[in-house]
Amino acid sequence: MISAFFIFNQKGEVLISRLYRTDFKRSIADVFRIQVVSNSDVRSPIITLGSTSFFHVRVNNLYVVAVTKTNANAALVFEFCYRFINICKSYFGKIDEESVKNNFVVIYELIDEINDFGYPQNSEIDTLKTYITTESIVSSDYAAEESSKITSQATGATSWRRADVKYKKNEAFVDVIEIVNLSMSAKGNVLRADVDGHIQMRAYLSGTPECKFGLNDKLVIDKNDRGGSDAVELDDCRFHQCVRLNDFDASRTISFIPPDGEFELMRYRSTSNVKLPLRVIPTVTEIGTTQVSYTITLKANFSNKLSATNVVLRIPTPLNTTTVDCKVLSGKAKYAPSENVVVWKLARVQGGQECTFTAAATLTSTTTRQVWARPPIDVDFQVLMFTASGLIVRFLKVFEKSNYQSIKWVRYLTKASGSYQIRF
Amino acid sequence: MSIRAPRKGENYELSVDLNSEYREKRKDAIKRTIASMTVGKDVSGLFPDVLKNMQTDDLEQKKLVYLYLMNYAKTQPELVILAVNTFVKDTDDPNPLVRALAIRTMGCLRAEKIIDYLCDPLQKCLRDENPYVRKTAALCVAKLYDLKPELVIDNGFLEQLQEMISDSNPMVVANTVAALTDIHIAATSQPSTSSSDPAIFVITTNILNKLLIALNECSEWGRVAILNALARYGAQDEKESEHICERVVPQFQHVNGSVVLAAVKVIMIHMRGVHREDLIKQLVRKMAPPLVTLLSSPPEVQWVALRNINLLLQKRPDILSNEMRVFFCKYNDPLYVKVEKLDIMVRLATEKNVDALLSELKEYASEVDVDFVRKSIKAIGQTAVKIDEAAERCVNVLLELIATRVSYVVQEAVVVMKDIFRKYPETYEGIIPILCANLDELDEPEAKASLIWIIGEYAKKIDNADELLSIFVDTFTEESYSVQLQTLTAVVKLFLKKPDSSQGIVQRVLNTATKDCDSPDVRDRAYIYWRLLSMDPAAAKAVVLAHRPPISIPRTTVAPALLEELLGEVSSLASVYHKPAETFVGRGRVGADSVRKGTEEADDQFSTQKALQTVVAGQQAENLLDFDDAPALDGQPKGLAATEVLSQTPAAANLLAGTSSNPLDDLVSIFGSGGGLAPTSAVPFGPGSAIPGRGGFGFGQPMSPAPATPAIQQQHQPQDDLLGLF
Repeated sequence: MISAFFIFNQKGEVLISRLYRTDFKRSIADVFRIQVVSNSDVRSPIITLGSTSFFHVRVNNLYVVAVTKTNANAALVFEFCYRFINICKSYFGKIDEESVKNNFVVIYELIDEINDFGYPQNSEIDTLKTYITTESIVSSDYAAEESSKITSQATGATSWRRADVKYKKNEAFVDVIEIVNLSMSAKGNVLRADVDGHIQMRAYLSGTPECKFGLNDKLVIDKNDRGGSDAVELDDCRFHQCVRLNDFDASRTISFIPPDGEFELMRYRSTSNVKLPLRVIPTVTEIGTTQVSYTITLKANFSNKLSATNVVLRIPTPLNTTTVDCKVLSGKAKYAPSENVVVWKLARVQGGQECTFTAAATLTSTTTRQVWARPPIDVDFQVLMFTASGLIVRFLKVFEKSNYQSIKWVRYLTKASGSYQIRF
Repeated sequence: MSIRAPRKGENYELSVDLNSEYREKRKDAIKRTIASMTVGKDVSGLFPDVLKNMQTDDLEQKKLVYLYLMNYAKTQPELVILAVNTFVKDTDDPNPLVRALAIRTMGCLRAEKIIDYLCDPLQKCLRDENPYVRKTAALCVAKLYDLKPELVIDNGFLEQLQEMISDSNPMVVANTVAALTDIHIAATSQPSTSSSDPAIFVITTNILNKLLIALNECSEWGRVAILNALARYGAQDEKESEHICERVVPQFQHVNGSVVLAAVKVIMIHMRGVHREDLIKQLVRKMAPPLVTLLSSPPEVQWVALRNINLLLQKRPDILSNEMRVFFCKYNDPLYVKVEKLDIMVRLATEKNVDALLSELKEYASEVDVDFVRKSIKAIGQTAVKIDEAAERCVNVLLELIATRVSYVVQEAVVVMKDIFRKYPETYEGIIPILCANLDELDEPEAKASLIWIIGEYAKKIDNADELLSIFVDTFTEESYSVQLQTLTAVVKLFLKKPDSSQGIVQRVLNTATKDCDSPDVRDRAYIYWRLLSMDPAAAKAVVLAHRPPISIPRTTVAPALLEELLGEVSSLASVYHKPAETFVGRGRVGADSVRKGTEEADDQFSTQKALQTVVAGQQAENLLDFDDAPALDGQPKGLAATEVLSQTPAAANLLAGTSSNPLDDLVSIFGSGGGLAPTSAVPFGPGSAIPGRGGFGFGQPMSPAPATPAIQQQHQPQDDLLGLF
């Protein structure tokens, strides 16, 4: 049970405060400011003082805080905070101090709608948008009728979908987005490589369509070889609440009535046979105490019909670096002293291509004996039409009473941001 | 009537605008009023003006006025009565959103005067044809109970809620379950004040089936509420337990982490009733992948999951046996996640994966965050103690780390080496010279004490042991107590092993310790040694050089009974803290903190507490071992041992404390010496049961933040207790 909900800015000023229960006074916000905001060394997302527990999530210099006095469900509280953040992003495009201040009226409406007496209520963005809008609704007879529809949607068995959706052209877009997590040791061994995938769907379908979705997966849980040779092992899947979990548990079919518009159909995780799109071979040597030389080779390990875009390598330099002399044939490399990295940007890397980066960093001499920690090289990139796990969408079938034809589009994207790390 | 504000200033302007003849201007003024309210300005004086704007067709404006009312109803009970009429009218509005809003807000007003007017509309709303209104009304009953339980009972709302469990709409069922659970908790936690039967929400087989049906249809949050209720159900027989497990397992695939953890909880509870081996195996196997997936959630959720995985592993160590790699730390993980991952990695370490683990740990030991580095080195030591075959490899890694000559790395490595010497006596003597070479580097008490212990233990094999120890004897009075105690013991050991060459030094140390030392604890120990040595050297040998029990890494950090209790509360705060809920939650909602006292008192600084807990869990054994003259009774260390543990606490607290602050340490050390003054009052402190809330008052209490810092009411109570105790 969440007793109170606050949003603080970085200075600890209260932007939003809502007490759901009466076991706190408004002044509880001051306690949080003293204990967390003004404390530079907070090392736990939950702080308990006396019998009061503060759960906080930081986002863009805001603190989203939930307070409770009970033995609350910690996972639920954090999931709720993140849901709130997502709702705000969807409503205002971003969540920061400015957007919270400009929209506080809507935010109050929202937090009252998604939480009552400390218990989270319906928080489906699509549904919320039908009755909490930035323009005001005037209650009239017409609105009453409309509201009935809304409320039955908000509480119905398919709370995520209106019944009367109509499109001229029935389309469904499926985006398979994979985030590759890699950590590679200095010797080039893969310590950990896995894929966090999610399948994003945009459904513009009329009526109440019944969808069936198929992938080339064979779940590790269920090890009978139904999948065939090109089957991908998914370690685990998690689904949007529209997917019938019982069907999935019984027969591994993914069937659902989709929400209207964009939603995340499923998330999955794969750890076996992860194809690493980019291979990085670093050679970094410390020459004496005043110089570090870098030779870094980047290889694109995928079909030459495809290409990686927005490739950014962040190559750490020692803290006492003064200048870095970089030589690259492709892309641009620049030393960013504030972050202690050399940023090497390549707009495009064709499949099979190989790029090299050489640099020499000059260091000032220091008296401290502290060795350089050598943080890993971080690589960000995007590769379209490529999945690191090898996952392919086999089919998406749409059944609807009126039997219309629907067009389906599938896109694949593999990317990494902050999770593709090579040690050296 | 309330006193009018002066005819100028912000509030006056607002009041003028609130009474404006233009709709837009009024609405704008309401918004500004709410904005002022949010930042903490007192706008209660505008109550009558805001109230005038309540009667409107504009839903947004209505919501704003209601928001204002909820905040100030308590301060202006006389005026709230004026709003009642509108509220009651709104509960008859044709628009279900308005009806729900009215009933929701009335429940939040919390003014005695208005409560009596609430019952009739509530009665009506509970039977509303619209499920949205019904679900709101269900929670309103819980609100009413919170305020005036008699009204709920007299009006038969409870019976009505019981009926609503059979509602056709799953969301209504979920909220009804939430409301009933809430009332149930409130009623059972305050049996004295509640006149009703405490068992308000008993889940029968009939209800069970309804819940299982609703589970698959309702929203994510509703599922959590229903799963919580299922966790409370006591299954009749094995078949029923199996049935529940089978119905709940699909929830593992839900995208919302709290649903997954709630399902894990239900399974863990009802698995107790399942005896079919294959089913248990299947359930455990199905549990693993969703748990691992939780690690790709946002860091906070990840942390909650990790803390729970830690608990689950203590119960079922095999659950994630092949998954160690997923716990490897990412460079940019927050510290609290990294620390927790380390702990789990050590738990999962086996002979097969130890190489991968060691190379990871070595990597972490070169990172920048000092606390994390120390924790990683500690983990290497724990691995060495846990896996005999890997000990040598661990020692080699430690030697490589010592070679870096980074001060805190060396110090931590020395501390860890001590454990390894303790576990594998006589095996790694070869590296003693390397350790001794770093003698000058050491400036932390714990590292010093560890090295001195090693020197004392191997005095016979170290030629210049007397020279090395005399360095510490020379500075005896300047050292911290733990170092003093250790020096004292080591010198006595040296004397017993090489009586000829060390007569002088032992005399010197005993003299200093008994005459110039201000710690009674050190003095006491010195006197004991002195007497032993002068009366009966053989007895001294038997006591000081006694065989010590072997150490091992405790498989569990909490007592078995507590573990079972915590597994029944997976994903709650209790499971995150690994402590029973009573230690940090007051009984009942109103007088929560005043009810409790004594050793059961809550420890305030949980982050510190939690960090300590993890450290001490590993350290416990070794702390007790430092204390050489204890009889070989692991389970019941006497006063001295307890003091020693305490005196080491500041270091440990600093090491990992979530919010370490100096006054805190002071408090601890005061406490430490306090314990020393009364060595007979031993703190019961078994290894394996790491600093639990129960019994471990020695730790919990002094960790509370310094009295001066926060102005929280509830904190005064524990502080008083603290002072009262000593």
